[in-house]
Amino acid sequence: MEEFNTKLMKYSPVIGLEVHVELKTNSKMFCSCSADYFGQKPNTHTCPVCLGLPGALPFPNKKAIEWCIMIGMSLNCEIPLFSKFDRKNYFYPDLSKGYQISQYDKPFCINGHITLSSGKKIGVTRVHMEEDTGKLIHENINGKGVSLIDFNRSGVPLVEIVTEPDFETAEDVKEYLQKLQQIVRYLQVSNADMEKGNMRLEPNISLKKPGEKGLPKYKVEVKNINSFSFVGKAIEFELKRQAEILDKGKLPVQETRGFVEKSSSTVSQRVKEEASDYRYFPEPDIPPIRWTKEKINELKKQIPELPNEKAKRLSEEFKIRLTDAIIATDDISLANSFEETLKLGQKHNLDSQKLANFIINRKINLLEELPAKIVENFIKANVNTDLSDNELNKIIEQVIKDNTKAVEDYKKGKETVIMFLVGQVMRQFKQKIDANKVKASLLAKLK
Amino acid sequence: MNNLNLKQAKEALKNKKISSYELTKLCLETIEKTDKKLNAFVTVTNELALKSAKNADNSIKNGVELPLLGIPIAIKDNFSAKNVRTTASSKVLDDYISPFDSTVVKKLKDAGAVILGKTNMDAWAHGSSTETSDYGPTRNPWNTNYLPGGSSGGSAASVAANQCIAAIGSETAGSIRQPASWCGVVGLKPTYGRVSRYGVVAMGSSLDSPGPITKTVEDSAQILNVLAGVDEMDATTSPLPVRNYTHELNKSIQGLKIGISDEYFIKGIDKEVEEKVKQAIKKLELLGAKIEKIKLFDPKYAIDVYTIIQRSEVSSNLARYDGIRFGNDRSSFAEEAKRRIMFGTYALSSGYYDQYYNKAQQVRTLIIEDFNKAFKKVDVIIAPTSPSLALPVGATKGESMFGELADVLVEPSSIAGLAGINIPVGFAKNDLPVGMQIIGPQFSESLVLNVANQYEINTQDEKWRNLTPSL
Repeated sequence: MEEFNTKLMKYSPVIGLEVHVELKTNSKMFCSCSADYFGQKPNTHTCPVCLGLPGALPFPNKKAIEWCIMIGMSLNCEIPLFSKFDRKNYFYPDLSKGYQISQYDKPFCINGHITLSSGKKIGVTRVHMEEDTGKLIHENINGKGVSLIDFNRSGVPLVEIVTEPDFETAEDVKEYLQKLQQIVRYLQVSNADMEKGNMRLEPNISLKKPGEKGLPKYKVEVKNINSFSFVGKAIEFELKRQAEILDKGKLPVQETRGFVEKSSSTVSQRVKEEASDYRYFPEPDIPPIRWTKEKINELKKQIPELPNEKAKRLSEEFKIRLTDAIIATDDISLANSFEETLKLGQKHNLDSQKLANFIINRKINLLEELPAKIVENFIKANVNTDLSDNELNKIIEQVIKDNTKAVEDYKKGKETVIMFLVGQVMRQFKQKIDANKVKASLLAKLK
Repeated sequence: MNNLNLKQAKEALKNKKISSYELTKLCLETIEKTDKKLNAFVTVTNELALKSAKNADNSIKNGVELPLLGIPIAIKDNFSAKNVRTTASSKVLDDYISPFDSTVVKKLKDAGAVILGKTNMDAWAHGSSTETSDYGPTRNPWNTNYLPGGSSGGSAASVAANQCIAAIGSETAGSIRQPASWCGVVGLKPTYGRVSRYGVVAMGSSLDSPGPITKTVEDSAQILNVLAGVDEMDATTSPLPVRNYTHELNKSIQGLKIGISDEYFIKGIDKEVEEKVKQAIKKLELLGAKIEKIKLFDPKYAIDVYTIIQRSEVSSNLARYDGIRFGNDRSSFAEEAKRRIMFGTYALSSGYYDQYYNKAQQVRTLIIEDFNKAFKKVDVIIAPTSPSLALPVGATKGESMFGELADVLVEPSSIAGLAGINIPVGFAKNDLPVGMQIIGPQFSESLVLNVANQYEINTQDEKWRNLTPSL
């Protein structure tokens, strides 16, 4: 690994990301079929439109488009007032119409960014709307290998989020993805569940030689990655593989590679000599979309408070540590009941930071326990930390008397014994008490 | 009785002079008798038609009133009809039975129409002759050695031959007006977006406009009343309110400004066509219209624009016929479809897109502006529909641009998405019909129908009106 790291020093990684997020609208992108296809019997959520039957026409899902715009806004994008759909033409058995309805040169959202915790900004080139394809299933039926097609997924709304090649490390990629996942979940527009394929990632990776200007002359795209930790492994593997090729004075091939889970490696799938020719042209079945500033503002108002802002506000409003607020705002429903609990705590004149500690340290399930109950438990537990010194000293004296051997050991320098004594003291109390306080009192007595 | 037009048939049904069952049977018998010669139908749905005629008779008995109740109508084979074979005259869809109704078919059924079957067309609507159907050419009822025009040639021939009371066609650029012209019937091409395309096998998606082919102008107006309107299944339909298209049919055309453009009486135009159309314009002048010379773009520019846009869209629209879910595989495409797929694929390829598709769209905008300018001066534009009379069977052989040349006079208005109608204005010496088109601005169907109807009702006494095809 060390050797690998030094090798890497020579080159700077150039990494960009394409992420597909499947929206959880009730109906599909261009027809009224249910978009909830996961685990359904094959080809039961289909109609002439998503099957691409002769004469069927797409009718765009307004909600999906609005959600796409809201994702874009949450990623600080500009929303151009003119947009349109285009046809991306290619043949594949799971593509019912022989083209995918997507967006080419006029996407809904452009020029956004996500700021990472380091302060580094990752540029978001575009956020556009498209439709999902069907799914090929390769099976063995009566000893014969067959390929089957399930069109339940065909036409499910997909939002594609494309970044600039701004990433330099796998860690940054992971953080970006976590933030993105968190945002779409906050917006409640997608479950963004990697395992169910609600969120799909395709990094493109290359290395820049020292002093090289502009982007590298090649780009490797990696597919089949279905977890955030795999994306890190895939990137690390690729950086190493490409560095070795560059070391030999060669240029890595421009290609699409697939991630192999078992070996945490990538294998070549398809060599791309040039960009594929999808023969994009404006979708004649859907008129261009023209927004008004009023409508855009209306959509902006629908965007809930996002994780970053929420953490910052909670930290300021309740005077709790920002790091705690960040932990508590990881998930929107957790964040909401966290806030409710703190509010209730304020009414009882409780210390918000202590209450936050109580919730975080004890890993209280905010989804199951009601704020009132949490506050009640906190008050109970807290009463005991206020136990009188008198009472505590009495018990400490008793414990010292009963554990002469341990006390001797401690005095001889075996300092770890102190924790045993703390435990003995704490056992005398039915409720939980502050261990630090016990330890301090014990140490004072043993001096 | 199958000679009846729609209005007469409705009256006969209402007055119990005939039942829908009898009328339908008469049409089916005429098809049986004449279609060996004409080949106007790809599929005749005898049983379905008689069954729905019986239902219509029951409804009539129960006092139900619907705009097309019991009227036998023929549908072009590119309109999906539930549980009926829908081939678009291509062997690729030879055994394809549509599981759903196109919006047009649904509206016709809801209006009580009896569907007789599916009419022949150029395969995929690629043509202007109905000679490129994979099920053999349709022949012109006025002379079976001649072509009916196309692509809605089956529908136009069927109406002319009284196989039906009325028919439905679709026009991308000329496919309603031109066969109506060659077959001597009325063909209305509504504004793009006025009638839903949902369920119509797509050809040039930004141009396709379904419309009626009928025996009279009033019949077209009545059918448009049924078909027009916004459709939640077709995002390109217009939300503009639908007019009652029969209301203004009898309005006087006193003072109406008719634009005539020399560019539309092109070099090489058939002399008899020119003469008859000019006579018809005179007639309108006598009825009080003002004739004004206007200058329009040479229609030949529209051919280039149309060829590129339509072929590009075709190359993409035909991609779904991959033989996986329905129909036969791509080797079943005939020459013309293959040619268009290759042409369109080339025009959309990266590096050529700007040169072809983009350029074509820019010129399209210029053509639209040219018409807008013209319609500031005049109310409607009148021109011959086709520069020629019907051409003999075999005329398309080796002529890959046949359609575009035959449709040169209808392509500009199609590209601009305008409303247009063909009406018969007489016959040439060889007994083939001559057609004239009236073009109006977008959504001016009422006006276009009004002008057409004024010509029609004021020429009822002309001798040629009594001619019928002898089959």
